[in-house]
Amino acid sequence: MSTSITPESRGDAKRDSGRRRGRSDKTGHGTDAKLPKPAKTQVRLGDRVFLGSSRGAGILLLVIMAAIAVFLVVEALDALGKNDGNFLTDSTWVTDGAKPAFGVAGLVGGTVISAAIAMLIAVPVAVGVALFITHYAPRRVAQTLGYIVDLLAAVPSVVFGLWGLVFLSPKLIGLHTWLSDYLGWIPIFDKDDAGATARTLFTCGIILAIMVLPIIAAVTREVFLQVPRAHEEAALALGATRWEMIRTAVLPFGKPGIISASMLGLGRALGETIAVAMVLSSSQELVFKFLDPGGNTIAANIANQFGESNELGRGALIASGLVLFFLTLLVNGAARVVINRHKEFSGANA
Amino acid sequence: MTITTTDTAVSPAAADPLKLTRRTMPDWITWALGAAAVGLGVLVKAVQGNWALGAFYAGLFFIATVTAASWRLEDRRRAKDRFATSIVYTAFVLAIVPLVSILGYTIKKGFEELSPYFLSHSMRGVGPRDDTGGIYHAIVGTLEQVGLAALIAVPLGLLTAIYLVEYGRGRLARSITFFVDVMTGIPSIVAGLFVYSFWIMTLGFEASGFAGSLALMILMLPTVVRATEEMLKLVPNELREASLALGIPKWRTILKVVLPTAMGGIITGVMLAVARVIGETAPLLLLVGLTQSINTNPFSGWQSSIPLYVFEQNHAGNQFSGDRAWAGALTLIIIVMVLNLVARLIARWKAPKAGR
Amino acid sequence: MTTRPRLARRSTAFAAIAVAGALTLTACGSDDNSGSNDSKGTEQPGGGSTAPAAKLDCASGTLAAAGSSAQKNAIDEWAKQYQQKCSGSTVNYNSNGSGAGRQAFFDGQVSIAGSDSALKDDEAAKAQAACKAGPAINLPMVTGPIAVAYNLPNVKDLVLDAKTIAGIFAGKIKTWDAAEIKALNPSAQLPSSPIQTVHRSDKSGTTENFTKYLKATAGAEWAAEPSQDWPTQDGQSAKGSEGVASVVKSTSGSISYMEVSFAENNGLGIARINTGAAKPVKLTPEAAGKAVEAAQITGQGNDLKLKLDYATKVEGAYPIILVTYEIVCEKGTPADKLPLVKSFLTYTASAEGQGLLAKNGYAPLPASIAEKVRTAVTSLS
Repeated sequence: MSTSITPESRGDAKRDSGRRRGRSDKTGHGTDAKLPKPAKTQVRLGDRVFLGSSRGAGILLLVIMAAIAVFLVVEALDALGKNDGNFLTDSTWVTDGAKPAFGVAGLVGGTVISAAIAMLIAVPVAVGVALFITHYAPRRVAQTLGYIVDLLAAVPSVVFGLWGLVFLSPKLIGLHTWLSDYLGWIPIFDKDDAGATARTLFTCGIILAIMVLPIIAAVTREVFLQVPRAHEEAALALGATRWEMIRTAVLPFGKPGIISASMLGLGRALGETIAVAMVLSSSQELVFKFLDPGGNTIAANIANQFGESNELGRGALIASGLVLFFLTLLVNGAARVVINRHKEFSGANA
Repeated sequence: MTITTTDTAVSPAAADPLKLTRRTMPDWITWALGAAAVGLGVLVKAVQGNWALGAFYAGLFFIATVTAASWRLEDRRRAKDRFATSIVYTAFVLAIVPLVSILGYTIKKGFEELSPYFLSHSMRGVGPRDDTGGIYHAIVGTLEQVGLAALIAVPLGLLTAIYLVEYGRGRLARSITFFVDVMTGIPSIVAGLFVYSFWIMTLGFEASGFAGSLALMILMLPTVVRATEEMLKLVPNELREASLALGIPKWRTILKVVLPTAMGGIITGVMLAVARVIGETAPLLLLVGLTQSINTNPFSGWQSSIPLYVFEQNHAGNQFSGDRAWAGALTLIIIVMVLNLVARLIARWKAPKAGR
Repeated sequence: MTTRPRLARRSTAFAAIAVAGALTLTACGSDDNSGSNDSKGTEQPGGGSTAPAAKLDCASGTLAAAGSSAQKNAIDEWAKQYQQKCSGSTVNYNSNGSGAGRQAFFDGQVSIAGSDSALKDDEAAKAQAACKAGPAINLPMVTGPIAVAYNLPNVKDLVLDAKTIAGIFAGKIKTWDAAEIKALNPSAQLPSSPIQTVHRSDKSGTTENFTKYLKATAGAEWAAEPSQDWPTQDGQSAKGSEGVASVVKSTSGSISYMEVSFAENNGLGIARINTGAAKPVKLTPEAAGKAVEAAQITGQGNDLKLKLDYATKVEGAYPIILVTYEIVCEKGTPADKLPLVKSFLTYTASAEGQGLLAKNGYAPLPASIAEKVRTAVTSLS
């Protein structure tokens, strides 16, 4: 976050000076050094305590994370040293016997594909839901609706798993066939065995989308609620239609928030364990044709392997968890870059 | 400022000579098109035998025709507006359908077993061929574990977010942000393994509800921090400036002005975090042990929890366990619902009234 | 000053909800499940065995055990009976998997690990390190038959032999009316539909024992080494016996392997196995018990590691079985936990304890092995 309140960033420098002044005002009170100091004589004990405790909380969080990272790396390195295969390019997962060989290629593929499908579905729908609740539905209804959508966040993963396995996946066989009929000329939409099981990466992507939707929708909704009325009213006063008002006032203001919300959702989509494990007909191979059963995700593989794994197996699973870390990091890093480019909209200057 | 950055929005209006009244599409057209769309849907269902396909074609037909009609009868901007409106409504319906389906399914399955008896009994001494037993021990476990986790994670997360938004600059803040990002990607079992090796193996504590809380806390933190951070950033600077200008110390400004303004969003974030961890199974399997008996002490002895209960019953494969699993899932949803409701009431009660 | 409590109040609100909820519930919660539904619940303990019920030395306290989910129902039944007999005792069993159970045992978290396979050499070393005073021993306790379950609405009592099962799961036999299956079921109305095989997607002792069976009996038809992970990429996969059972139930023409209770609860057909004996063997607890009798003890002293004979041709012996061991320290169980460990295992190995198994879909240990287990339990210190 620090980056987004640092005043001298490329994005800001390019903007007109008026905006820039607004920004430096914000950072002005963001640092004690630049505060106007009318109360120099007063001992602001409260401030010091507050700054201390909030910084302390941050540092504690950092310490926890560092400890986890160290723990993971140590455990993972131990296992990686005994790996007979190539950890990054293999798709097998054999951690028993004399020649353990495990690799994450297939798992990373499955994780990325299912999470990508989930985000492609969930983000637009969630933004739509948030817009509906904040700008379309009658105000009285809106709160109830928001509450109902939040309920989805309360459904435990294992229920998504059961529901996906027993109820949803049989219903999606038709959709699979339909997609492969019409889009089968695109290689990844090709389906080898028409009419076969729908317990595929695609179905998992849909289930993940349903799981992350309330997270994204809820945070996005709160962001939209914070859009300054003045912006919206100005747009309407200029004769904009509702959609134009949303395009010009709401979405630009909410963009960093939408991205942050999506990242929260993505975190869950990437790390979701039990629902994917229960639904997916998995295999240890790199699968691109997501309408065919097969493939696996990192988290689901952990769920499938963990209970019966020996020490080496555990280490190998932790190593795969580390890969998941880097994946998350990569995507989040990219998101941060985008947010920073649009950060002039944060810290409203209504 | 925002408007100048986008191109299409204002220009059509400028191009059009401003008219005070416009042609508007009569309402009956929308209704007629809606009816036609429903008819099409039913027809597709009749031919293809598939409601989903029918709904899909009906939706597509409706959106296309309404937009086209508006374009013809009104103008391009109105058409776009109507198009956007139908898309937003569609998105909402798309989100509601699985919700209703999954809730309905859980309720249908869960109510077969859910009863006061079920809620007030543990599984102690229930054999595989007994239809007795309940979820009480798991409810106690879940409430205590998640409560403790929230008790640690919420203040910690709030303070961290405050630091990041209000104070944080430089390397420390950057690394905190970095690690919070990484934390969102921790698979839950990894958090469990970490607590296991740190709290149980290194420090030598036994498996207990609290050990589970620690893992849940780690999983809650990033959601709390990021959601809070996002909300704090949206608090208008004018509010802060006004408060500071009145000579109010910064810490009081944050507590009295910034936090209350962002309260609704923060509560949503906290509830999302609670909802995220309350259904967590994997770390608890490692950390809280698993018991069939009631243990109200989260600091000593094995406990159960609702997701563990669901997992265990789903996996047990005797003739009553399936129903118990569904009833457990339903119980969990109800609990989160109630917590959500309470949190919202608190938020409404505590949030600044508009125009105060 | 006035605002600080607001924050505090909000976080305490969560605690308050949790605590208040817990307290309210404490008032009405009950550990007593003996009451309401007795009609289905009770049975005569030890009714099936002819041996007189041994006198039980009760111990109190809490027993921590973890491991295989295959024996969960057996442990539940035993815990129920034991806790009734010995008030003041609590048996906690965390059925999170054999590997996790063994790991918890190595880490000193549990006194008993339930495992679908005996300790391997490197694990034995770790276990000894955990026990300190002596080695850990494998005590076979629960025998579970593995059903070859299928979904063919019009075919009852399908008969299969090892080679055919291997051919089906290796993808060589592709349709239900293939000659190999027809030869075994001359009178059955076999459809020409394709066979959908389903295997476990998670690492599992069931898969290991099933593949061991195939390796031991199918000869050239089954090339893959036995493993906890399903060795090929053919067919569908699903997580856990419950997942496999649910997929088979919803997929016509599918076949899989699973613990028998899942097949029964889902109403799936269970294949009879042609072992080379005069008649194809139907899966029953007795039939599985006969197969365990053919097992040899390969462990030393009190370690009762078994070598199962999957290729047994004994009349009426069902060969696809899984034996779950209780892994305990021969010496070195902490003194405060030892009495309960001993007492509980004495009960489970007793004629009465073993007699309860058949009603729950498991098979009792043969008398000779059960006797050795009892001796081993007595010697625990």
